[in-house]
Amino acid sequence: MKLQQLSLFLENRPGRLDAPLEAIAAAGINILTLSLADTAQFGILRLIVRDWDKAKQVLEDGGWVVNLTEVVAVDVEDRPGGLAEVLKVLDQAGVNIEYMYAFSSYRPDKAILIFRFEDPDQAVKVLLDQGIRALDGDELIHADG
Amino acid sequence: MLNALWNDDAGGFHPASAPDFLPEKRLKEVQLRRLRAVVSRAYERVELFRTRLQERKLTPESIRGLEDIEQLPFMVKTDLRDTYPFGLFASPMSDIVRLHASSGTTGKPIVVAYTQADVEVWAEVMTRTFASCGLHRGDILQNAFGYGLFTGGLGAHYGAETLGATVIPISGGNTDRQIMVMRDFGVTALCCTPSYFTYLVERAAELDADLRDMPVKVGIFGAEPWSDAMRTRIEEAANIKAYDIYGLSEIIGPGVASECEAQNGLHVFEDHFYPEIIDPDSGQVLPDGEEGELVITTLSKKAMPVIRYRTRDITRIIPEPCTCGRSIRRIRRIGRRSDDMIILRGVNVYPSQVEAALLAVEGTLPHYQIILTREQGLDQMTVEVEVTPEVFSDEIRAMEQVRSRLAQAIERIIGIRVTLRLVEPRSIERSQGKAKRVIDRRGD
Repeated sequence: MKLQQLSLFLENRPGRLDAPLEAIAAAGINILTLSLADTAQFGILRLIVRDWDKAKQVLEDGGWVVNLTEVVAVDVEDRPGGLAEVLKVLDQAGVNIEYMYAFSSYRPDKAILIFRFEDPDQAVKVLLDQGIRALDGDELIHADG
Repeated sequence: MLNALWNDDAGGFHPASAPDFLPEKRLKEVQLRRLRAVVSRAYERVELFRTRLQERKLTPESIRGLEDIEQLPFMVKTDLRDTYPFGLFASPMSDIVRLHASSGTTGKPIVVAYTQADVEVWAEVMTRTFASCGLHRGDILQNAFGYGLFTGGLGAHYGAETLGATVIPISGGNTDRQIMVMRDFGVTALCCTPSYFTYLVERAAELDADLRDMPVKVGIFGAEPWSDAMRTRIEEAANIKAYDIYGLSEIIGPGVASECEAQNGLHVFEDHFYPEIIDPDSGQVLPDGEEGELVITTLSKKAMPVIRYRTRDITRIIPEPCTCGRSIRRIRRIGRRSDDMIILRGVNVYPSQVEAALLAVEGTLPHYQIILTREQGLDQMTVEVEVTPEVFSDEIRAMEQVRSRLAQAIERIIGIRVTLRLVEPRSIERSQGKAKRVIDRRGD
């Protein structure tokens, strides 16, 4: 029910984003989704890919510092209030969200949200109790095709 | 030859009679006899030295006791530059068997010369260095000090051979091959600069080679200042004992002083190199125990005697006896030089202070660089620190905390606000020799 997300440290300088993306492209790895968080000085690139272990190896061989984190993917109704309902469930259970990002889905009526929780296991349980299911890796893999 | 050198006062050879263990009185007799001889030799053969003594109305006969050394003038690095290339030689070229030179990055190089006897003394003091770091016949030493004009490689080479160890003269650079050789040849000891060794450990990890699984048990590190915190890191990362050695090409090269198993200060081979500590401003000799600039006199050098050379290295003589039993005195490991001091807005800053601060913050390996700039007339200091897997987090907040912890640790120690930049791993240029820690762009 949890997914592996790769993160890497980048300096906030022109051209720094190209190199890691080219490296994983050259290895034939497709990116399911990504997010880039940045400050004036540096950025953190977060990637969801199918072959996360291969991608990690490729990036580490290229000299990047790579971090592996467990994230939770949830599909929500693609309509006004769809996200708000999920957030309300988490809020009421006191689950803290470190950060989140979204991408559009294989089904026109669904959007996929990637959550980074302090305690992913607890978060998954809270969601399940309210009938909200986290996507597993296979489902997400099929999500882009 | 070694035995003969260790027994130049005709005593029978016995390990305990080696100069490292000479009783103080005997050592002082040897030192005085050799000091008088070296002053006479320099007076007779080196014009610059003779002129300076004559200006002070001194002759070699003025040296009656060891304390009379304080009357003699100092020599400084520019004396070696001004007499470039051969102006300080006290032997004819036909007696000189070796020349070495500095890189000359700050001007003309300095050239140093050795007679056959000088080369043998060098091998002897390096033998004593390796012995005090626990090496003996049967050890396999990977000598990653640079061979060539730099004194490190060949100095260590002859000393290790004299000891009877097996030497691999690999020199500096070609890091992947260093790791292959270390593993495949069953290397038990390695010598290089401490910053190169940290790079070696880092590179080995990338190649899935762990130094902790290899037979290497001793690292002998010199040619640049390093801290005790860095020693701990090196020892843990490679499961070795890391020893500090000291020397400088103006005096002989490596082999001036060495740590022993106690790892608590460096024994000066003072039967060949007479140490004094002076106040760097007044030039006054300070008593043992007080911190100041190290001044060294070569007591046995033939080709190029160097008398009262100001090393610019700041240290102190440790008066207490060492637990290892050696009677020759120790100096505290060199943390800074009197001339690598950065003056930033009127405040004295040493790179070693920055290193200590970075190391105090858990998880940060010492790959850093200090960049000095001037903006609107005000000096600015930027410290670039490479992000390591240990400190990297996928959360911006956590990375900002790392950055501010590092910046605050530096500010606390040096008292100046610095800009701290986290940079990508491997983005700071690796040095194969002495690390270049400070880039001063204030004059640009």
